[in-house]
Amino acid sequence: MTDTILEFREITKTFFGVHALHDISLVVPRGHILGLIGQNGAGKSTLMNILGGVIRPDGGEMLLDGAPYQPRSASDATRARIAFIHQELNLFTNLSIAENLFIDALPRRKPLPLIDRGTIRRRTEELLDSVGLAVAPNTMVEKLSPGERQLVEIMKALSIDANIIIFDEPTTSLTARETEQLFGIIERLRAAGKTMIYISHILGDVMDIADDIAVLRDGELVAQGPKDDFDVSRMIALMVGRNLEQLYPIRETEPSDDVLMDVQNVCQTGIVEDINFTLRKGEVLGVFGLMGSGRTELARLLFGLDEFGTGEVRLNGGSTYNVGVSDSIKNQIAFVTENRREEGLLMEMPIADNLALVSLSQFKQRMTQFIRQDDLAQAAQDVTATLQIKCGNIASQPAKSLSGGNQQKVVIAKWLMSRPSIFIMDEPTRGIDVGAKYEIYSIINDLAGQGTGILFISSELEELMGMCDRILVMSRGEIRGEFARRDFNKENILRSAFREENGHESL
Amino acid sequence: MATAEKFSGVEAKMNSQRRALAQSGTRQNARRMLRRLLFSEYFILYISIAYFLILAIFKPALYQPANLSNMLANAWPLFAIATGQTFVLLIGGIDLSQTSVMAMTSVAGAVVMVESASATVLERSPLWGHLLTEEGGVLAGSAYAVAAAVLVMLLIGMFIGLLNGIAVARFNMPAFMVTLVSMTFFSAVAIYLTQSENIRGIPESFLKLGNGDIISLYVGEKASKITRRDILSFITYPALISMALGFVGHILLTRTVLGRQIYAVGANRAAAAVSGVPVKRVIVLVFVISGFCAAVASILYTARLEAGRPTLGENLLLDVVGAAVIGGTSLFGGKGKIHWTFMGVLFFVLLSNSLNLLNLSAFYIDMVKGGIILLAALTDVTRTRLLAREA
Repeated sequence: MTDTILEFREITKTFFGVHALHDISLVVPRGHILGLIGQNGAGKSTLMNILGGVIRPDGGEMLLDGAPYQPRSASDATRARIAFIHQELNLFTNLSIAENLFIDALPRRKPLPLIDRGTIRRRTEELLDSVGLAVAPNTMVEKLSPGERQLVEIMKALSIDANIIIFDEPTTSLTARETEQLFGIIERLRAAGKTMIYISHILGDVMDIADDIAVLRDGELVAQGPKDDFDVSRMIALMVGRNLEQLYPIRETEPSDDVLMDVQNVCQTGIVEDINFTLRKGEVLGVFGLMGSGRTELARLLFGLDEFGTGEVRLNGGSTYNVGVSDSIKNQIAFVTENRREEGLLMEMPIADNLALVSLSQFKQRMTQFIRQDDLAQAAQDVTATLQIKCGNIASQPAKSLSGGNQQKVVIAKWLMSRPSIFIMDEPTRGIDVGAKYEIYSIINDLAGQGTGILFISSELEELMGMCDRILVMSRGEIRGEFARRDFNKENILRSAFREENGHESL
Repeated sequence: MATAEKFSGVEAKMNSQRRALAQSGTRQNARRMLRRLLFSEYFILYISIAYFLILAIFKPALYQPANLSNMLANAWPLFAIATGQTFVLLIGGIDLSQTSVMAMTSVAGAVVMVESASATVLERSPLWGHLLTEEGGVLAGSAYAVAAAVLVMLLIGMFIGLLNGIAVARFNMPAFMVTLVSMTFFSAVAIYLTQSENIRGIPESFLKLGNGDIISLYVGEKASKITRRDILSFITYPALISMALGFVGHILLTRTVLGRQIYAVGANRAAAAVSGVPVKRVIVLVFVISGFCAAVASILYTARLEAGRPTLGENLLLDVVGAAVIGGTSLFGGKGKIHWTFMGVLFFVLLSNSLNLLNLSAFYIDMVKGGIILLAALTDVTRTRLLAREA
């Protein structure tokens, strides 16, 4: 037994002549948690895919427990007791927890070809216990929340008795409580002597749980060391390769007093309750809430996607408000949904078609009703340039080929083409890297500067505090608190979100 | 002399090197050509041409003018229906009811316009004595009979499409189920209405829609008298009608807001809805278009067969969906073009025709057709995978 469980030696990998990884040498001490950070495309996934046997390096070697380790397939990695917990969970939602755990090696009742359900059930119960999940082994995975599914993935890792567990962005779809729970389990795994690699964009989390930190940028290892050598701003500087003066660009403009949207007593049974707020011209109004607080539901309802209950919404000091998506678009409201893959983009279709979708009817010829193709193409080209979307030919390149940040810019751009005066953005920076986040923030500031009112919904309190003029806090469908910029205080806002304003419980 | 020989030796060596280089060059070029062919959107057209040329060597009958004329005549109605099917496939749906639309409209059109009807044949029809008598159909003899019949046929086609569309859009039922039911239902209605008999006695002016032509050729020996049979039609009324329909469909898809919205609904329904696309209206419209196109095809077939036929289009479904899919239109929606479908139709017609020429029985023909569609689907998957690897 050595102190080093895993070692990468001069790992190099090129794709089409471009270095995806260049001379990566990295040591992972036994029982440590290594925080691996870097922007999208920095090489984190490539390195992990090499570790997992999905791709093979062009040069260099890996040592596992001091012995050469050359995985040729994912099952080699499993045999070496290395487990991966992916960002996009690889579970069969139509099967039960137990079946998911043993899918690759279902125990049999020898000599019959029948599955030994008793054994599976017993083993699954043990595993459920070990992660503290209180459901029956035969529960269908589709009935589980994202957090619970994550736990099933961890159970899978435990079921092969993994020594090394890799977490790839495990908290993206988890609520705050589920994240806490996950960290608790990671702590227990650490105590049990497991080695872990934790990949995340949420640098605060990495700081909290990692022992060591390694930073990748453009395929090179730019820094590694114990976490005490790092702080968040240094990590960011290392990741982007330049000193970002700050995380959030400064907005020069102030909101005006003109009210764009006046929401009064909006209720929808079981969804939201008695919502009152105003959004002013040039204002960035934050909506903070935990998952399930009703923040997304409120946005959908205001935009006309979901059924509107009672209450009143007035636009521009009195103009009528009709509930329905096409009316909302006519009223110059834009809506960036939280999930760009499912509700934001036509992934398979060219960027230009995505950009055109919202504003199509503005590009109709009056007589023939045909689309003015040239004008439309020009407008799409302009907005691509304005938002600096990094892409090739927008008429042929499909949206799915873009990076997450650029995809998000396409979603914003398609709404910009309809010249909205109100922008509802639900989690506009989810799953994109630090550099792209900064660009999205800059776009938001520019929009506000031009007088657009922005309803900025997020579960990342830091970004709201960095960007907004005011923050509304939602919990269980109602607005629990409102904070002006000068009163921003993380603890107070969180207390409000957890409905513990009176300080009965500490967080 | 000696030096010359030496030089010529060098020259020969260089030549052979050059040849080798040139050879590897052509090989590379050939490979590049092959790739271009495989990834081209006109792939199926190239295949059709190659198939035609190769088969022509063994079966000269294939390129006889009579056969070519016949092939084209078969292509036009099929193209009309397949155009409608392409619209539905584009939103990720499928319209199995097109064949029943054809049967229904064929019968309805005949009931409106026939000039006489035979009691011995149609006596048992529930329409006998009311809408249909010895004196013919509802508007028998009227100057507007044909126009009214065409209108009724188109309206019925659109109405059945509307029912399908509403069921799919409003009640969120799968298109496959909805149209399977309406296929069965309306086919049965058509057969019930005539008790499975054909309605003959279609007015001459309607038949023009099926056999009228603008450019026809006589190829053969000089003779003092040429019979009608020997004159081969090339540019016919069905050709014009079908082409016009296809052209309008193409313009609708590529130039109008509705067209863009159809692609968007097929690519991602939820994203389209968020972006203000009236998804339900688009779906309903697409089914109405499909019904309309089927009715147009029904007009062409009814005129050609000179009868209102309750079993019209019975075995056509495979050809319609097959032609669209072979052309490259995706069954998952969001991908497809009218001119692709046209190429698919040509391929299908060529395939059926050539199999007929080979004197294969109908069963063999269907078996081969099924195999070809499977092969087309496989090619599509392979191409997509290769393209993804390229990127």
